[in-house]
Amino acid sequence: MKELVVISGKGGTGKTSIIAAFACLAESKVLCDADVDAADLHLITGPRIAEQHDFESGHSAKIKADLCTECGLCRELCRWDAISEDFIVDPIECEGCGVCHYFCPEKAVAFLPKICGEWYLSETRFGLMAHARLGIAEENSGKLVTLIRREGKKLADRQACDLLLTDGPPGIGCPVIASIGGATAVLIVTEPTVSGRHDMERVADLAAFFKVPVMLCVNKFDLNPQQTEAIEAFAHEKGMLVMGRIPFDPVFTRAMVEGKTIIEYDGHSKGSMAVVDLWEKVKEKLAIK
Amino acid sequence: MIISIASGKGGTGKTTVATNLAMSIESDTQLLDCDVEEPNAFLFIHPDMEEVKIVTTPVPEVDMEKCSLCGKCGEICRYKAIVVLADTVLPFHDLCHSCGGCRIVCPEKAIREIGREVGLIERGHKDGLEFVHGKLRIGEAMSPPLIREVRKYTRHGVLTIIDAPPGTSCPVIAAMKGADFVLLVTEPTPFGLHDLKLAVGAVKVLNIPCGLVINRSDIGDNRVRTYAREENIPILMEIPFDRRIAEAYSRGEMLVEVMPEWKVRFKELYFLITQALERKGQDE
Repeated sequence: MKELVVISGKGGTGKTSIIAAFACLAESKVLCDADVDAADLHLITGPRIAEQHDFESGHSAKIKADLCTECGLCRELCRWDAISEDFIVDPIECEGCGVCHYFCPEKAVAFLPKICGEWYLSETRFGLMAHARLGIAEENSGKLVTLIRREGKKLADRQACDLLLTDGPPGIGCPVIASIGGATAVLIVTEPTVSGRHDMERVADLAAFFKVPVMLCVNKFDLNPQQTEAIEAFAHEKGMLVMGRIPFDPVFTRAMVEGKTIIEYDGHSKGSMAVVDLWEKVKEKLAIK
Repeated sequence: MIISIASGKGGTGKTTVATNLAMSIESDTQLLDCDVEEPNAFLFIHPDMEEVKIVTTPVPEVDMEKCSLCGKCGEICRYKAIVVLADTVLPFHDLCHSCGGCRIVCPEKAIREIGREVGLIERGHKDGLEFVHGKLRIGEAMSPPLIREVRKYTRHGVLTIIDAPPGTSCPVIAAMKGADFVLLVTEPTPFGLHDLKLAVGAVKVLNIPCGLVINRSDIGDNRVRTYAREENIPILMEIPFDRRIAEAYSRGEMLVEVMPEWKVRFKELYFLITQALERKGQDE
C-alpha cells in the first residue's frame, strides 16, 4: 500500500480541492484528513461517521485549593508562567510537563489526563475515510496526526486498498512533520506567487530533511506564468518531480459551494481536465491502478 | 495597542491585510510576523534588516561523571526526551519541551541546560515601520517558543500588528493571546466559513473582541455574512476578487502600491477597529 500526502507550505493553494478530486478519480483508496487543526475535506466528502473516539493526550495541572499552602514553589518552577498569583493554573498556558505536580510538597497539584479532540472512521461516497478534530486551542496536533494516519493505514490494509490519500496541514511545524514521515511521496501544491514559492521551498527542504520524495504541481499557474516557470525550474534543479499545472478556474469555488469535487460538478471544466492529467501522472509514478 | 490578524484557514489574505494595514497607518507602528513556519510579510514589505538573532530553547546535557543512573530524570520527563539505560543517559533534544524538570530533579546536579536552535529572528525597518519576524528552523517541530520571542519585541505605546499563523491550535494562541483586538480574515466559501467558526472559537476562549475582513468577497456564497450577523461580529472591510490584485500579489507588490485608493480604505479599517474598541470600553 502506498501513501500520498498532499502538502503546500502556504495555506489556501488548493490542497483540499485537489485531493477531493483525486478521491473521485482513484479506484482503490482510503482517505485521511491529517489537517486536524482546520480540517475541511469532510465538507466535500460528506462522511457518515461509523466510529467516533476521544483523543486523549497529555495532562493538565490543577491546584487543589484546600491542600495548597501557597508556598510558591510551583510558580517559581513553572517555565510557562501558567500559575497565577492566587494559585490557579491557566489551562491554555499549561504545557502539561508535570513539574508542579512532581515537586509540590503538599501534593496539592492534581495532574489529569486531557481530552484534546476526537477522531472518526467514516464512510463516504468515495470509500472509507479517517479524520479528526483537534479541540480549539489544544496541543498535541502531531500526535493526533500520527494516530489518524495509523488508523487510515489500518483501514486501507483491511480493505486491501492500493492507496492512502492524505490531506496534510499547512506550514512546516509539528503536524506537518508528523504528516510526512514514512510516506511514499508528498505532492506539494503551490501557486505562482512570491509567498507560494517561498513557502514551497521551505516545505520541500523539510521533505528532503525527512528523505520523502517530492512531486510538485503549480495551481492557478496562469496568474503568473513567469513565476510558474521559475518554480518548475527550481523544482527540477532540486530533484523534485514536476507533475503538472492547473489553471485558475472559478469552477473550483463553485464546486466547493455545492459540496462537490470539481470532477463531479463539471467534468469538462479546464480545472477538471488539468486535475485528471495530474492524477494520471501521479498514478503512474506511484505505480497504482 | 495590539491587533492580531488571524484566519483559521490558510491563504485567505492575512498577510495582505497585515502588510497593507501596516503601510497605511502614519502613527508609530510595528509589524510582527508571527507565522514563523512560513513567514511571508517581508516579501511584500522589503524591510532593510538591521539585526539577526538566533533563538534557542533549553535542553538537557548530562555529565556522566556525576550521574549515578538513579533514573529520576527519565521518570519526571513527560515527553520521553531523556531515557536512562543500564550504563548511560540519552537525551533526545528534538522531543524536549524545555520544562527543566530533569535538571531540577537530578540529585547529583549532573544535568545542565544547553540550547537547541528553534530558529532566528530578524528585525529591520521600512519607511518608519518597524518590522520583526521569526523563521522556524527546518525540521524544528515547536513554533510557540519562537513566536513568544518575536512577541517580546512588542513596544508599548505604539500600534503593534501581528500576522498570526493559520489554524486554531497552540501556535495561533501564542500569536493572539494578550492582543487587544483580533482581525479575522476569511473568504466567503464553505472552507472559509468552517475554519472561521473554529477561529472565532479560539478568540472566544481568549475573550478578545474581534472583527471580520472578507477577502475575495464576491466569490462563493453568502453564508459567511449570515454567520457574522448571527454571531454579532462586525464586518469591517470587504476586498472583492480582482485579477489585478491577485497578479500584483503574485509579484510581491502591495495592494496600496498598485491601487493607492486602498490606502484610505485601510486607514478606515483601522478607524473602525479603534471605534469598536472604544464602544467595548464604554460598555464595560
